[in-house]
Amino acid sequence: MSTELLPLVGGAIALALVLGGLLGWAASRMPDDVDGLVEQINALLPQTQCGQCLFPGCRPYAAAIASGQADFDRCPPGGVATAEAIARLLDRPAKAPDPGYGVTKPRQVAWIDEARCTGCARCLPACPVDAIVGAPRLMHTVIAPQCTGCELCVAPCPVDCIEMRVVGDARISRQTGS
Amino acid sequence: MRFETAPAPHVVAGFTVPRVMFPVLLALVPVAMAHVAVLGPGLLLQLAVAAPVALGCEAAALAVRRRAIEPALRDGSVLVTAALLALCLPPYLPWWLTALGTAVAVLLGKHIYGGLGYNPFNPAMVGYAVLLISFPVAMTRWPPLGADLDWATLARVTVHSFYTGALPADLSWDAWTGATALDALRTGLRQRLTMQEIRAGAPFDAIGAAGFVWLNLAALAGGLFLLWRGIARWQIPAAVLAGLAIPAAIGHALDPGTHPGALFHLLAGSTMLCAFFIATDPVSAATSDRGRLVYGAGIGFLTWIIRRWGSYPDGVAFAVLLMNLAVPLIDRYTIPRIYGHAPD
Amino acid sequence: MAARREFAPGIALETHKQAAMQSRIAPAPAPAQAFVLLDQGDGRHTVPCVRVGERVRLGSPIACADTDAGADLHAPVAGRVRSIGVLERVPDAGHAIIIDNDGSDERDPGFEPLPPPETLPPGELIELIRRGGIAGLGGALFPTATKLAQARARSIAHLVLNGAECEPWICCDDALMREAADDVVRGAQLMLRASGAKRGTIAIENDKPQAGEALGAALAAVGDARLALVVLPAVYPAGAERQLLTAVTGLEVPEGARPPDIGLLSQNVGTAAAVARLARTGEPLIRRVVTISGSGVARPCNMDARIGTPIAELIGAAGGYTGTPRRLWFGGSMTGRALPDDAWPLTRAMNCIVAATDADLVSAASVERPCIRCGDCARVCPAGLLPQELHRGVRSHDESLLERYGLADCIECGCCDYVCPSAIPLVERFRQERVAMRERLAAASRATEARLHFELHERRAADLEASRRREFEDARRRARDHSADGG
Repeated sequence: MSTELLPLVGGAIALALVLGGLLGWAASRMPDDVDGLVEQINALLPQTQCGQCLFPGCRPYAAAIASGQADFDRCPPGGVATAEAIARLLDRPAKAPDPGYGVTKPRQVAWIDEARCTGCARCLPACPVDAIVGAPRLMHTVIAPQCTGCELCVAPCPVDCIEMRVVGDARISRQTGS
Repeated sequence: MRFETAPAPHVVAGFTVPRVMFPVLLALVPVAMAHVAVLGPGLLLQLAVAAPVALGCEAAALAVRRRAIEPALRDGSVLVTAALLALCLPPYLPWWLTALGTAVAVLLGKHIYGGLGYNPFNPAMVGYAVLLISFPVAMTRWPPLGADLDWATLARVTVHSFYTGALPADLSWDAWTGATALDALRTGLRQRLTMQEIRAGAPFDAIGAAGFVWLNLAALAGGLFLLWRGIARWQIPAAVLAGLAIPAAIGHALDPGTHPGALFHLLAGSTMLCAFFIATDPVSAATSDRGRLVYGAGIGFLTWIIRRWGSYPDGVAFAVLLMNLAVPLIDRYTIPRIYGHAPD
Repeated sequence: MAARREFAPGIALETHKQAAMQSRIAPAPAPAQAFVLLDQGDGRHTVPCVRVGERVRLGSPIACADTDAGADLHAPVAGRVRSIGVLERVPDAGHAIIIDNDGSDERDPGFEPLPPPETLPPGELIELIRRGGIAGLGGALFPTATKLAQARARSIAHLVLNGAECEPWICCDDALMREAADDVVRGAQLMLRASGAKRGTIAIENDKPQAGEALGAALAAVGDARLALVVLPAVYPAGAERQLLTAVTGLEVPEGARPPDIGLLSQNVGTAAAVARLARTGEPLIRRVVTISGSGVARPCNMDARIGTPIAELIGAAGGYTGTPRRLWFGGSMTGRALPDDAWPLTRAMNCIVAATDADLVSAASVERPCIRCGDCARVCPAGLLPQELHRGVRSHDESLLERYGLADCIECGCCDYVCPSAIPLVERFRQERVAMRERLAAASRATEARLHFELHERRAADLEASRRREFEDARRRARDHSADGG
């Protein structure tokens, strides 16, 4: 290599190293937008609030994913689609949901057998989205459109009068334009 | 009684990709004939190399990508690429450069992006540009234009150059290369000659200087044939020609000494070939009709700019590639209005 | 009286309507057994209101819709209900009520001709139309009474009757307009009264000159200044609801809105004729005019057939099969649905049955090639979309792209499929993606609701916790003060 080129090439390499190092230091010093990330992950979760991921709700689980405390394969209601969406968001390889945390079930809602309900009101506080209407010694019923199918109400019932029912698929009209 | 079931529509028009591609080859026949008449038999040699190399590279790429080979080869698109490239190359070009250019066009211009339908750049222009920049001398060696040329010797020269890259010992390049009209324009402008002086010198003084005019007229005929058959739409050709002619006319009106007129530009170099065959490659062009008008106008305008101020005699290839780069931007701003939506 | 209007994109298709229009509408023989599907093709549920073994009369209600979005079903024959269940040969058709025809055609006394509609308040007229089970016969089967009531509530100004019938093969409306133009005009007047619209326009295509003459004569005979006839160029899909309304009125239905939101209402001419027939004879919707056509049918024609007649019997009445029919579809060639078996019974949604041989079918090339971005699909799209970009969005599941390029506005007309040189099944892909998109949107809105409820729940729980702690603190303080005093 001719001697004239040497300082040029050396200078270019030095400049690249200095600027690259500066950028890397700046990136490490900038605060992580953790809250923003938690919001983004939470937006992808199905909001069932069922606790199968072993966190008390979807937002705590989102926070755990964001901080690296938990992996994103723990959400059975979200299923494969949610796991893939979070993987895309975090730019990590996709993972199927771990069956150890539960199986993905079709969309279901809770149904109270009114013949057996005693009005004990133990299911009311169990519902994370307040989808059960009732009061002590008055009939309880589930507001089906609000129920997320998390099954948290089934266990507290002392007479086992709550069962989960699969929701039929909405029939989409096949006609043109509708 | 049982029946087969299939989704609607049950009756379609029956258009296929080969039915779009093969008429293009047919429309190139007039240009090819004019090419051979004006510039010697070199085109046939170039085609003889470009076509098999194109097919071979396409087959090899598809095999490596594990895709079906036969349907892709049958659609005719790679033959169009080979034909256009061969028409743009100097007839003297040695066969190994032709092969290289074709391979670059097919592999780096098309298959590296995913094959038919996925290339952002016009493959023929990619091949041409790579060759032009890498081998400027060989790529600017054109046969001299003139009706009084000895066609037999021209053929001999061409074949010799094609096979060996050099001339037979008894001939020299000076006698057997000539400037094209655009070459003369560029050189003359550099030397600060006026248009009158440029037009007085070679190649304009020879009758055969009209050579490229014939090529352009033949390309125009082929292009009009495609328009008539509905294979090509008018937006891109019209926009390219307008984008070239309007600035040229304005320039000529303002300063006739340094600007040749619109007609010169329209019939020089590969203008018509570009307008009707190269720019109209649907894969690398803009999407909507409005976008195509912008795209074509940009190509015409850039061609004029490069011819006037650039260091290459003909700016068509680079104009096309630059506008290919601009297509995503053009598409973003020329989305047609959807029924029921307010105009953005 | 007749004005020419423009219609922009779309395709001028070969109509294939000549063969079936050679003869007048023929009455189809009543079936020995009527199979009334509980889902007549609109996806909306009806619940049977008769029991097995019960005897029903012609026009008796046999199934009730569970919402306003569905129409009641009535018995197309008189006889005993044999069974209610899935049909053995065509299980995909869903549940059906099977009635053995006793041949008497005894009319249900509950249905009588309506009193002169001019004496009825519009609300009562609408209720009588609802009882008659009249639904949109253009194919969508939306209950006419609900549509008229919604239009009335929105104070619409202009009623448009859709007689365009733009799709190839279908010509039942053409035949109806030629032979029963008076019914169509009368139906228009009834609908004007029910909906409160100030004017009505009957729109037809220019390939139906006889229908135009018949309608012109009927309009002249009635002399109603509110009604007019408009002739449109015969381009597919001029009869698509939004495109038709724009061609006739010049107004565009905004995205996400419905025609009543801009003061318009459209109804099929067959529906209008059914309303007129209801008013005249009291007969609910138990029959319709259906085109039986295709090179696989010996004598293509239009038939006045009872709902629930097996298609095989209708084709038999049209001379039976000829040649080797390969495909049987209902509807036109652009959007028609293929049926697996001719045991499938006629529903109200079926305006045309085609038994197609190889001569009729022009299939897309067998090999699908990548999109070459030729732009022909965008050129013919009547909704102004860019199908090639939508296809790109569908392939990459890019929701934001699909929203920006308007997948929700696709009317699934099939024009893009028709012209695509790469043989890409665009409509099929768009339809699947639209269904998936709707489900995703529904799931997303449910998730947002659940999240809001959960946050409220958490806040309430936190408030409860805080107030309990406050009470505890207060109690402890009181106990401490008490012991300090007493102690």
